[in-house]
Amino acid sequence: MSEAILTIVTFLPLAGAVLLLLFPRKDDLIRWFALIVTLLGFVFSLHLPVHFVRGASGFQFETNRQWITAPNIHYHLGIDGISMWLVVLTTFLSPLCVLISWKSVHERVKEFFILLLILETALIFVALDLFLFYFFWEATLIPMALIIGIFGHERRIYAAVKFFLFTMIASMFMLAAIIWLYAQTGSFEYSAAQRAVEAGQIGWQAALWCFLGFFIAFAVKVPIFPLHTWLPDAHFEAPTAGSVMLAGVLLKMGTYGLLRFNVGLFPEQAREHAPWIITLAIIGIIYGALVAMVQPNLKKLVAYSSVSHLGFVVLGIFSFTTSGADGAVYQMLNHGVSTGALFMLVGILYERRHTFEISEFGGLATPMPVYATFFMFIMLSSVGLPLLNGFVGEFLVLNGAFQARAIYGILAATGVIWSACYLLWMYQRVFFGKVKKDVNLTLPDLSARERMALWPTALAALAMGVVPLFWLNAIEPAVRAVLSPLAQMAEAFVR
Amino acid sequence: MIQASDYIGVLPEIVLAVFGIAVMMTEAALPPGASRRPLGWLAFVGTLAAVAATLYQARHPGTAFFDMVRVDSFSVFFHLLISFVAALVILSSLEYLDTQHIRAGEYYGLILFGAVGMVLMSSAIELVLIFIALEISSISTYVLAGFRRRAPASIESSIKYFLLGSFATAFFLYGVALMFGATGTTRIYQIADAVQNGQHSALVFTAVALMFVGLGFKVGAAPFHVWTPDVYEGAPAPVVGLMSTAPKAAAFAVLLRIFFAAGAPGWFWPVWISAALSMTLGNVSALVQDNVKRLLAYSSIAHAGYLLVAFAAAREIGISAAMFYSASYAFMNVGAFAVVSHFASAGERYVTLEDYAGLGRRSPGLAATLTIFLLSLIGIPITGGFFAKLYVFSAALQSNLVWLVIIAVVNSAIAAYYYLRIIVVMYMRNAREGAPPVEHVSAPLGVALALTAVATIYLGVLPGRVLDYASRAAALLVR
Repeated sequence: MSEAILTIVTFLPLAGAVLLLLFPRKDDLIRWFALIVTLLGFVFSLHLPVHFVRGASGFQFETNRQWITAPNIHYHLGIDGISMWLVVLTTFLSPLCVLISWKSVHERVKEFFILLLILETALIFVALDLFLFYFFWEATLIPMALIIGIFGHERRIYAAVKFFLFTMIASMFMLAAIIWLYAQTGSFEYSAAQRAVEAGQIGWQAALWCFLGFFIAFAVKVPIFPLHTWLPDAHFEAPTAGSVMLAGVLLKMGTYGLLRFNVGLFPEQAREHAPWIITLAIIGIIYGALVAMVQPNLKKLVAYSSVSHLGFVVLGIFSFTTSGADGAVYQMLNHGVSTGALFMLVGILYERRHTFEISEFGGLATPMPVYATFFMFIMLSSVGLPLLNGFVGEFLVLNGAFQARAIYGILAATGVIWSACYLLWMYQRVFFGKVKKDVNLTLPDLSARERMALWPTALAALAMGVVPLFWLNAIEPAVRAVLSPLAQMAEAFVR
Repeated sequence: MIQASDYIGVLPEIVLAVFGIAVMMTEAALPPGASRRPLGWLAFVGTLAAVAATLYQARHPGTAFFDMVRVDSFSVFFHLLISFVAALVILSSLEYLDTQHIRAGEYYGLILFGAVGMVLMSSAIELVLIFIALEISSISTYVLAGFRRRAPASIESSIKYFLLGSFATAFFLYGVALMFGATGTTRIYQIADAVQNGQHSALVFTAVALMFVGLGFKVGAAPFHVWTPDVYEGAPAPVVGLMSTAPKAAAFAVLLRIFFAAGAPGWFWPVWISAALSMTLGNVSALVQDNVKRLLAYSSIAHAGYLLVAFAAAREIGISAAMFYSASYAFMNVGAFAVVSHFASAGERYVTLEDYAGLGRRSPGLAATLTIFLLSLIGIPITGGFFAKLYVFSAALQSNLVWLVIIAVVNSAIAAYYYLRIIVVMYMRNAREGAPPVEHVSAPLGVALALTAVATIYLGVLPGRVLDYASRAAALLVR
């Protein structure tokens, strides 16, 4: 079981997608089937945290089989505390995506759910073979681009093509780096690459080029300022479930990659180049927040808040402190839950009014009290209210940033204030005051299905805020393992 | 003395020719109004028989006919590839000929005769025989290109292809003559000895250059590519599927033999430049095409360029990469043209990008298969095109051709755009007002599409076996 569990969790949705191909075009049947498959995936993925040995470093639940002999590619899966939670996050969000698209996707339902399930499979955080990672990394592009391009809003084609080209071109640099590493070491294994770099088998300059190759691919995906321009378009045009997957999981592949590959494989180069990366991250935090502040459009506001929040993650990773990196991983999960939920909420509003313009709303708390409460709760978790998840992540990241350099902490901390400003201001404009437009008076409140989609996120936000140690004590050993070469470097320096 | 075992060396050629003649004879016996489908099936059986003959032959490697033909893993690989392609093209032609109202059994005969030439090209190791094989394959394709007799574009295509093609084969023949003058032999493995003994006269260089011109034309590599768009646009779509894959694979096989088995010198820079030019010209020109056939024509120029990158890598790994690339390109391109040929309808009316609008909704299955082929042409994982590119690029990197790889990578990025355009149009645009319903896909075409799609994905998920075979063949090629 423990050998196969990662394979099952990864490929269950794909099997579902293949079965779905054979289904007749009965929309409700397809929806229920997709829901069951994604729920099953979630249940299976719970096996991981239950049987995960906490405190142990290294990878667990490993499977390692030869996939292709020449070049030497392995089907090598395994998780540590970092990737485990990201896997669970993926399976957690997928059934919610199905629920939230129940009504909003009413044309080409079959195609939509097939794409969604394929996307879930392609989001692979468990690959320990560089090539396997790249393989799936590229494979995410197709379902995501199609989801945006077919089921999105007005300028969907532009957004889909932009998304595709940005990510594909950037990931070619990563592929080049991976192939180059293979040419040097004769293996695509993560650990082999790590050893080769550690042993100095790869020259400093060459390692730097590889570092940059990986960095460009991940920086576009995260996205790090100034490579972020595809993101607002993609988010805005994507259907709700697409946005949830994009914000919740896809972007995390970028930050995960930065931590696992950029820092994990090239610690020296990462340290050397941290200052400008952190600078970009901080620019992203502040820039994203400022642009979000002036957005007249709800969904764009949430999209830009993503740019800002992911800046925190990058900052935490490149602070090279345990606290910062812990916080970064935690913040990845938080962002998945909170921003995912925010996109769902915004999508729910769109289903009712077919607009995202803030000025169209006002006083919504009167007709939709339950909706307003959920929105408030999730928004506060995104702002970082103590006892909710956002607080823990931001606190840890800022703590790490201050340890690294006070100025980083000071500048980044303003980001927290900004995010409170734009989110609360937006909330005030949308929900408080008198109902300005008559159409809004009769808006129906949340349906049972919508509540079902939102409750898990709210509960997760609360649980992650109250008992963060449950997550963190699995994350921390993994983070320490990634950062250990850096710690050794620092010690050697002190001596 | 010619012995019985000699005939095993050309068994697939014999089988194909016999079936070709049988098709022609039956054609003459059939009443004018009768359906020509049975002839198609006969030809299809012929290609399968050729596959069987090749598999039999594979167990008896060696040379035949006074060292003019050589059966080795290399030739077996290309025999199988060419036979499969011919079989798939025949399957996708059955329906096409009916919708175009072409009643001519010789169509199938010509495909088989063409295949004889191509198959012989890959096993011949004597330059004059190679030339004859090249002519056999070319003449059949000249005729096939003009098969839409009522369409001026098709006639133009045929004449253009014929004129330029004969010019190109003349170049090849000059090369052969000069090579004979320089080394005193036309046998590839004897040339290898002569070259190794230091006969690097200017004559050898000129000979190699001239042969490269001739074969470069056949594979549609820049700067000898100018004919491709016009010919592909005019020729019947399934024929283009054939022309753009099988003869090219055969010509590449000949190039591999001349460059590596014969160890001919002086080809590195011409190939380097031709590869860079083909990729760049092909991709950049494809960006602005609105006719899907033309677009795929430019794309095929670009793919010839990627293949030549593997040549420039000049090692066993480069040879096997080139072989793998030919195979995966063959399947995806034949598949793509099969979709195009079905969708084009009578008179090939619907071949512009606009016509593809909304295909995702009008014919989900057809659109999905075309998407697989296009993704493979881009080189996205899970498709054969991905590993093909990967092997070629890594072979080139291992030979330190960093700049060529950079050019190739930039080109793949450009290429993504125009392939993507087709996918975007199919799925994300709505069909034009009054667009006719897409006709039902007939069973043989459906089988051809399924096979090519499965082959494309198989090569993208489990490339190991094919690549292993290609590597062994590559190791044997150099003696």
